[in-house]
Amino acid sequence: MSIYDFMTMRHELILVCLVLLVLIIDLNLKKSQKHRIIPIAISLFFIHTVIGFLPAQTGELFGGMYKTTGLTILMKNILNVGVLIILFQSTTWLKKEENGEKISEFYILLLSTLVGMNFMISSGDFLMLYLGLELATIPMAALAAYTHHQSRSAEAGIKLILSSALSSGILLFGLSLIYGSTGSIYFDTVGALYSNAPMQVLAFIFFFTGMAFKISLVPFHLWTADVYEGSPVNVTSYFSVISKGASAFILIMVMYTVFHSIAYLWKDIVYLVAVLTMTIGNLFALRQKNMKRFLAFSSIAQAGFILLGIIGGNKIGMTATVYFVLVYIFSNLGAFGVISAISAKTGKESMDDYDGLYATNPKLTLLMMLSVFSLAGIPPVAGFFGKFFLFTSAASGGYYWLVFIAVLNATISLYYYLLVVKAMFINKNDTPIAFFKSDIMTRIGLFVCALGIFVIGFWSQVYEFIDKLTFAIIN
Amino acid sequence: MNILSLFILIPLLTIIAILFTGNMKQTRVVSAIGMGIQLLMSALLIYLYLTERNAGNTAAMLFYYDAVWFPTLNIHYTIGVDGISVAMIGLTSIVVFAGIFASWMVDYLYREFFISLILLASGVFGFFISLDLFTMFLFYELAVIPMYLLIGLWGSGPKEYSAMKLTLMLMAGSALLFVAILGIYFYSAPSGSQLTFNLLEIAKNKIPIEMQRFLFPFTFIGFGVLGALFPFHTWSPDGHASAPTAVSMLHAGVLMKLGGYGVFRVAIYLMPEAAHEQAWIFLIMTGVSVVYGAFGAVVQKDLKYINAYSSVSHCGLVLFAILMMNQTAMNGAVIQMISHGLMTALFFALIGMIYGRTHTRLINEMGGLMKVLPFLGVVYVIAGLASLGLPGLSGFVAEMTIFVGSFQHTDTFHRVLTIVACSSIVITAVYILRVVGTLLFGPIKNDHFLHLKDAMWFERLSTLTLLIAIAAIGMAPLWLSNMINFSLGPIVEKINGVATVAGLF
Repeated sequence: MSIYDFMTMRHELILVCLVLLVLIIDLNLKKSQKHRIIPIAISLFFIHTVIGFLPAQTGELFGGMYKTTGLTILMKNILNVGVLIILFQSTTWLKKEENGEKISEFYILLLSTLVGMNFMISSGDFLMLYLGLELATIPMAALAAYTHHQSRSAEAGIKLILSSALSSGILLFGLSLIYGSTGSIYFDTVGALYSNAPMQVLAFIFFFTGMAFKISLVPFHLWTADVYEGSPVNVTSYFSVISKGASAFILIMVMYTVFHSIAYLWKDIVYLVAVLTMTIGNLFALRQKNMKRFLAFSSIAQAGFILLGIIGGNKIGMTATVYFVLVYIFSNLGAFGVISAISAKTGKESMDDYDGLYATNPKLTLLMMLSVFSLAGIPPVAGFFGKFFLFTSAASGGYYWLVFIAVLNATISLYYYLLVVKAMFINKNDTPIAFFKSDIMTRIGLFVCALGIFVIGFWSQVYEFIDKLTFAIIN
Repeated sequence: MNILSLFILIPLLTIIAILFTGNMKQTRVVSAIGMGIQLLMSALLIYLYLTERNAGNTAAMLFYYDAVWFPTLNIHYTIGVDGISVAMIGLTSIVVFAGIFASWMVDYLYREFFISLILLASGVFGFFISLDLFTMFLFYELAVIPMYLLIGLWGSGPKEYSAMKLTLMLMAGSALLFVAILGIYFYSAPSGSQLTFNLLEIAKNKIPIEMQRFLFPFTFIGFGVLGALFPFHTWSPDGHASAPTAVSMLHAGVLMKLGGYGVFRVAIYLMPEAAHEQAWIFLIMTGVSVVYGAFGAVVQKDLKYINAYSSVSHCGLVLFAILMMNQTAMNGAVIQMISHGLMTALFFALIGMIYGRTHTRLINEMGGLMKVLPFLGVVYVIAGLASLGLPGLSGFVAEMTIFVGSFQHTDTFHRVLTIVACSSIVITAVYILRVVGTLLFGPIKNDHFLHLKDAMWFERLSTLTLLIAIAAIGMAPLWLSNMINFSLGPIVEKINGVATVAGLF
């Protein structure tokens, strides 16, 4: 093994170096200069993102514990782009007085969880998967409690850590059953040995439950709304976009490679969970007035849609899932970006505060409208394509009724997305949010989202590129 | 560049141009120029189409253009037109052109208004030229969604409620359609070969009858919601009543035709066996639409509601005729789509203009308007006569053809239904003449009405454009009928070539 072999771990290694670098630079900054870390961290991460797109070698490390394939690189790059947008969008908020001394902590914690997610995506056995998961979860609780002087934020942190601990426990129990029944933790070996023996089915259910917690599928979603509402906006967007996207990536990979022999079993479970998740997520979202809570529930419903890609079990399904997550990153970050910009400037987070926004802040309003239309799957923006392909994959498996339920749910979701549009355009307000300008970096972050929402759908090469790397359930 | 792509491109360029306009005057001039070009383009298209046909080109679709979009799923950007789509494009550009002039005085957020209006129009144009189910669906939804803002922002009355109801009901309809399109896609080719969204390719393949039984209702009702099929029509009266003038015109005149066109082009064309089997259910539903809509119009007091219910009745007639599945009736259905599109657009334009002057739409509060508004009054009478089917105007041609076609079925079921549907002609006469009588003649009930000014130049332009088209179809229906018939022939042949499966009746 040479140093050169470690280049397959390029994404994680650079990211770890980056975290350390931010830490060291921060140590050398005077108290009054702490905010200088913002441009440094962003440019460093920008370089990292660009490097991620350079051609890389694929291969295995540590006897198959760690794997890099074209698909894992793609997934990591998608997450990197999302994180980069979040970093851009968070500058206005981070510059606020109250965050003065802990700016670098935001970057360190955020990037550590990203390292964990990268390891999860690249994992070749359950041990690596679990290590990555923990690395991705624990700093996240600290992030949720980032504004710890607010009790809501502290509450979000403790809620997240408790429910994560529980879900990790369940997951781990499932893993131990898997190890006990197959004698291996490597994906390939386990996949080859897996059958529908009761213990192994049970093991799968535990594993699925553990992952369902992370993606906040119904009925394991109860922590989501409180945590999302309590955390700072940019952290919330990280939870609901990056963390959820990464978990969806991992879930579909493990379902397709490890549990393929009981696919006929888990398809029923996924069917049921998908219907529950879409419907309940939507029904709760209908009544939300706080924008963050509203997006939290709508993102639960979106997670239900993602399951439609998994249930197809074929190549279209995996491509559609990855594609949907990519689209979802841009559309949801567009919505969160607007919320964060408004929240950072005015502190307002309720939907009523958005009344009459179009008169004062037309650009933000248009981006918000694009984002919610994309989330609702309205053409011509990217969300339409994402949803169309997801549903196509489910229909390819013959699940027409599931598709029907999903499209009906998409119609229900359109109702509450239109409520936002209605608030901004139609509702009258005597004291609308005054016109304001965010700083340049935040605006870049918002602009990139708008661009992505417009371009990704029409630019079919994106889909074709993903399709080259994905695979179907091994038979 | 293919001439058809211009029909999407010109509206989009107009929208971009509107973004750079400085004031209300420039905005509406730019919109008028853009849609004026569009109108000329569609005249050119009709001319080119007829030349091509006269030169002996018998291909099903002319100006065919195909570009691969998503290779792995075999999604294409496929466009092409036959006589039916050319006629629909002509209708759309006339109504949009008239709509721009009918909304000449919109001053609240005028730029956004015209952008949304033209975006809606581009969706409709895209729908009519598409031959690929994916792009067709994309344009379909694109045409529906601007309605929300158009009604919600510029509407009147309970506009927020109406806008939401309309959008959600139409989107629920498109949810049914979505399932149907996916189902058609996965049975579009014999198993093992490349699946396709291309309408012409799918038509060559026979979708298994079990799947047809499942998918046909989805497709029919999905499009039927937009075609105001009873009992899914309830969005239509509310939506039309709350919408601003141009939007009512475009929506009743053009957008509701998407339903009929889609039923014809997708549901019946691709799934003829199921269509024959299930036609009786939907014939009853459409029959109810026709009669119920007409009775609904009789009892309404608000001008827009009257016209909205009459649209339900007339659009029901379109679906009714399509389900008769013979050449004459289907020909009538297409002419009825065009005729009703022009008539109802004219009605809504006039209602908008009258409302703008009297500030009421309740017929009881008005009277004697003919004395103060002679131009609008005369046009209203002509539109009314067209609507109740006076020979010499378009309504007569359409309804006559439909009922002659329907009566060609010799069995009792079809005969009875046809007679029931025929009764709508009488009911239509009742409500049209009643409205004309109270609204235009009799004493003036409000002194304020004495000072009303008759139509301005842009209002005259808007109404005359529509009026000329109505009269032209009424006087010389043959060229339109021929254009439609030529394309209809092979389609009807295909639909009735599957006589092996008999219907229930």
